[in-house]
Amino acid sequence: MTDSKYFTTTKKGEIFELKAELNSDKKEKKKEAVKKVIASMTVGKDVSALFPDVVNCMQTDNLELKKLVYLYLMNYAKSQPDMAIMAVNTFVKDCEDPNPLIRALAVRTMGCIRVDKITEYLCEPLRKCLKDEDPYVRKTAAVCVAKLHDINAQLVEDQGFLDTLKDLISDSNPMVVANAVAALSEIAESHPNSNLLDLNPQTINKLLTALNECTEWGQIFILDCLANYTPRDDRESQSICERVTPRLSHANSAVVLSAVKVLMKFMEMLPKDLDYYGTLLKKLAPPLVTLLSAEPELQYVALRNINLIVQRRPEILKHEMKVFFVKYNDPIYVKLEKLDIMIRLASQANIAQVLAELKEYATEVDVDFVRKAVRAIGRCAIKVEQSAERCVSTLLDLIQTKVNYVVQEAIVVIKDIFRKYPNKYESVIATLCENLDSLDEPEARAAMIWIVGEYAERIDNADELLESFLEGFHDESTQVQLQLLTAIVKLFLKKPTETQELVQQVLSLATQDSDNPDLRDRGYIYWRLLSTDPVAAKEVVLAEKPLISEETDLIEPTLLEELICHIGTLASVYHKPPSAFVEGSRGVQHKRLPATANSPDASSAAAVADAPPAVIPSQGDLLGDLLNLDLTPTTTGPTPAVSTGIQMGAMDLLGGGLDSLTMIDSVWVQVWVPAMKAKGLEISGTFARRAGVIQMEMTLSNKAMSVMTDFAIQFNRNSFGLAPAGPLQVLIPLSPNQSIEVTLPLNTVGPVMKMDPLSNLQVAVKNNIDVFYFSCQYPISILFVEDGKMERQVFLATWKDIPNENESQFQIKDCHLNAASSKLQGSNIFTIAKRTVDGQDMLYQSMKLSNGIWVLAELRVQAGNPNYTVTCLLWVQNT
Amino acid sequence: MSASAVFVLDLKGKVLICRNYKGDVDMAEIDHFMSLLMQHEEEGLICPVMSHGSVHFMWIKHSNLYLVATTNKNSNASLVYSFLYKLVEVFTEYFKELEEESIQDNFVVVYELLDELMDFGFPQTTDSKILQEYITQEGTKLEVAKSKVPTTVTNAVSWRSEGIKYKKNEVFIDVIESINVLVNANGSVMSSDIVGSIKLKTMLSGMPELRLGLNDRVLFALTGRDKGKTVMMEDVKFHQCVRLSRFDSDRTISFIPPDGESELMSYRINTHVKPLIWIESVIEKFSHSRVEIMVKAKGQFKKQSVANNVEVRVPVPSDADSPKFKTSTGHAKYVPEKNLVVWTIKSFPGGKEFLMRAHFGLPSVENDELEGKPPITVKFEIPYFTVSGIQVRYMKIIEKSGYQALPWVRYITQSGDYQLRTNV
Repeated sequence: MTDSKYFTTTKKGEIFELKAELNSDKKEKKKEAVKKVIASMTVGKDVSALFPDVVNCMQTDNLELKKLVYLYLMNYAKSQPDMAIMAVNTFVKDCEDPNPLIRALAVRTMGCIRVDKITEYLCEPLRKCLKDEDPYVRKTAAVCVAKLHDINAQLVEDQGFLDTLKDLISDSNPMVVANAVAALSEIAESHPNSNLLDLNPQTINKLLTALNECTEWGQIFILDCLANYTPRDDRESQSICERVTPRLSHANSAVVLSAVKVLMKFMEMLPKDLDYYGTLLKKLAPPLVTLLSAEPELQYVALRNINLIVQRRPEILKHEMKVFFVKYNDPIYVKLEKLDIMIRLASQANIAQVLAELKEYATEVDVDFVRKAVRAIGRCAIKVEQSAERCVSTLLDLIQTKVNYVVQEAIVVIKDIFRKYPNKYESVIATLCENLDSLDEPEARAAMIWIVGEYAERIDNADELLESFLEGFHDESTQVQLQLLTAIVKLFLKKPTETQELVQQVLSLATQDSDNPDLRDRGYIYWRLLSTDPVAAKEVVLAEKPLISEETDLIEPTLLEELICHIGTLASVYHKPPSAFVEGSRGVQHKRLPATANSPDASSAAAVADAPPAVIPSQGDLLGDLLNLDLTPTTTGPTPAVSTGIQMGAMDLLGGGLDSLTMIDSVWVQVWVPAMKAKGLEISGTFARRAGVIQMEMTLSNKAMSVMTDFAIQFNRNSFGLAPAGPLQVLIPLSPNQSIEVTLPLNTVGPVMKMDPLSNLQVAVKNNIDVFYFSCQYPISILFVEDGKMERQVFLATWKDIPNENESQFQIKDCHLNAASSKLQGSNIFTIAKRTVDGQDMLYQSMKLSNGIWVLAELRVQAGNPNYTVTCLLWVQNT
Repeated sequence: MSASAVFVLDLKGKVLICRNYKGDVDMAEIDHFMSLLMQHEEEGLICPVMSHGSVHFMWIKHSNLYLVATTNKNSNASLVYSFLYKLVEVFTEYFKELEEESIQDNFVVVYELLDELMDFGFPQTTDSKILQEYITQEGTKLEVAKSKVPTTVTNAVSWRSEGIKYKKNEVFIDVIESINVLVNANGSVMSSDIVGSIKLKTMLSGMPELRLGLNDRVLFALTGRDKGKTVMMEDVKFHQCVRLSRFDSDRTISFIPPDGESELMSYRINTHVKPLIWIESVIEKFSHSRVEIMVKAKGQFKKQSVANNVEVRVPVPSDADSPKFKTSTGHAKYVPEKNLVVWTIKSFPGGKEFLMRAHFGLPSVENDELEGKPPITVKFEIPYFTVSGIQVRYMKIIEKSGYQALPWVRYITQSGDYQLRTNV
């Protein structure tokens, strides 16, 4: 007899019938009725009307019946909060049942009833269960704390459950420890500043001990928790790594990936000359390779993560190329990822094999896969110079297949190869021209037109070819139109006699018949250039182009670092920071890898040195949500979110933010974007606060060969809500070799997101050519507002009220008082009082940040000692 | 951290059963799943993760079911997929087959299991043998003993119950090696490796301590012994029961085994293995008229060994017709629904060579659809033999009652992912 029979009743008056059965005296009948109710619930029927009747069945010795009633409660309690109170008594009673299975069941279900009203009744039973003698009950109670915290965080804190939960980390039972860790991590994740997981060497030791004994899932909770810890030095880091590496032999892929995460992170702290560092690198490769024999979905997660790992530490898998060869029956998502990793691992040593494989793939049937394979061949050519020739001939072979999309992809990549190796492979142009007619995708058409224009002097019938495109000019996409315009101008400059008519035709098409401003502007510029100074035109249009970069599609280094900290999670699968896809994670700290132990100050320098040379951000994955922003500055943006700024935690401001205080007014004009990285646009600048207005003072220089127009600027969300107060005022087009100075007033009412470092600002600048992204740091002092002078009395009172955890103390070395005080004054740091104690001068100062956070400081100066001690207190004014 | 809710859907996307673990994702979001999946399928970009607004779906497919987990956090994706596969494993052990019908027929137990397997998104006890001790299918006959939590659930040894008794204490050890080979159309071996697996069938009383000795090269190097052939295992994965830190420090494989059948360990060996069955093929396609196939299979293993149940699967165009075969041994069969010729040889001695010829007609009107180039695949099984030469040197069994127990060892080599690309 199966349960399916319960699904069959569909008669009218069913609810009424069920009601009668539920109230039956016969136990068996009652149970059957409850089963029918659950069956109805399963198929989506509303049986909430039976609430009181079902709850009446709750008091029973029959465990199965009890489970069913509990299941019903979980589903309907939320919609019937008043009735749910009826169940409270039974819960309380069940939590004291002699049978641990029932006690655990009660405490588990209790937490799933998300009704605020009844939560407080559940505190006492929960407290008892947390101390229960049976570990099965304790482990269930530990999770219940997280559930309750989700419903009513304040209640959990007031009841002291968090402390009890922390105590459970020292429990004798590994399952209890694991669940306590999981619950604490969960709570800490939703309350990033709670400082709940106060990890110290003692707790770490407890976790590592439990790691050996708990279930596979418990091991994952513990490893994920460990990954949040930052060891004090390289020795501690090594000893943790040593205890984590055995997990790499676990049969569960998720355990392996979580262990890899811990190791990848802690490895950062190990000196590279250490023997152990090498050993660890060697230990990582085999388990990563084995992950590829897991189920396809797990393979996919593993591959996405391997993609990150090979970018961060290419040495780990450099000899493992073969395992990424695609198998015929791999699902498409696995194939595409393997291909991507193959290109990343391609080197002179293995290029022959890789190319043979890629050629094989390019004759498959799956269009997306084939396209990517063809593109991969082009990328190999650009990456491994020695292989370029072979790649080109492979591409030519593929063009001979005449498979439409293969030809188009091949032409797009050949264009890039021309850019990388000028004057080497132009002999193939003739073959390319043969396929002109079959091109129907804008990217391929644009690439072909570029080639024709660029090599017009070698193509006899270049004018005919370009003319043929011109016929349908208005039906082309902008990409093709722009390229066609430029190509014909190039052609004209090379062969002026025969092509005058053609160039006039395209110029008039672009300037008179088009409503696309980019196209029109470009047309006018060419027109003016050609009519005023043809020699200059030649220099501009036919100028030598900068070579294209070797590595493409690399993930930007800071994002990569963050993603490494998220190995195994969705972030690592999407290659996006969690803040880009998790709602309400604005205040969440971006994770970063720890600095190398032996040179704490040089960490950023080391990161730069380690990082791959040039990164061309692909539009898809860079800077997360910056891409989603509209690039025109909005004045009617979201209302200022000052409260978010406060919530992000005063401590962090003290932690990292004050480093920048010490560089208060150093006016650093920095090059934010070198011309190489922004298609000829160089942006340099600085920040200043002038007459109460924050300004971004920039110099835009056009180092490209074409005119730049349509400038616009946008900021990503940042720690203090900095946002442009108006549009970027670049009114005239920026000619080649011209620079312009722009002052952009800023306000602080933009959206807030905590950045790391705190004063990091991610900016997008757009012009007619492209959108460019960069990050820069502003001096915190620009945020100090003019009314930051606090009344003496208020200062004294406030000083005492600020809790200790908001305090930070540090030393400033080699400072001179006179110079210092004038600088301070100029930066809106106000001296409130001064007194002398024991031969030390004490200066008391106040300043206020644009988001309403006050900083009170005590500056202790000892005569004759150039080192000052600063004590800073943070105070958030509640208004 | 992981899943907010877990759903079991039928092929049309109808929810058969679900469990809301965290309540932070609207349960109605699952309605978007099927349309998302269709959309991805149309674009040819199927992906195990899909998102709709702020909700992310992680899913797997098993027979006629989709198992889907939802979340709106940065969940541990590998944990979620491992868990979903664990669900399949547990349900299969409970219901023999996991499919639509078994979910419907057992919905009460499914609910109970879902409640026990995961709590608030955290996977809990997932060992089906232990679960079966207190979540029973015959719920009606609830006995007192079964309503107690087995201490095993929270024990450090969470995979074996106490008080197991056998009249005769025995362990059966199966050493199974699978050969993965990828051969290019020009006959060069692109990649090859061995994936080994040691499976146990434990029929031992009490709480026995076991120690398994292999001819592991690292171990021999560690202990300074150098006798006979040793095997270098590239990567070793162990069942929950093996003490990993012990293995890490001195390569000792020590454990308390789960009762009954289990996979104790798996390993990977990355050496060049000679493909045990070598295939040479000539496939000639004459458009609009016929396809001629000639396949030669050679056993490249010891003469004393015999490969059993050899199957050579040769792809043919989907529009081929009127098959004709000629084989020097075994028999060939056309499987039109898979576009394959399957050549079966019951017993294939080492060193021997066999031949198969096939002839197909092709329609005069050409099939427009592009077809892929599926490889030739081979299946076989060679008993009493491991390619790597791995050997069980001993299995020590110690139980406090002091009984004598016998280990039995069996070796098998079989084909894994064994693919030979063709040039047609």
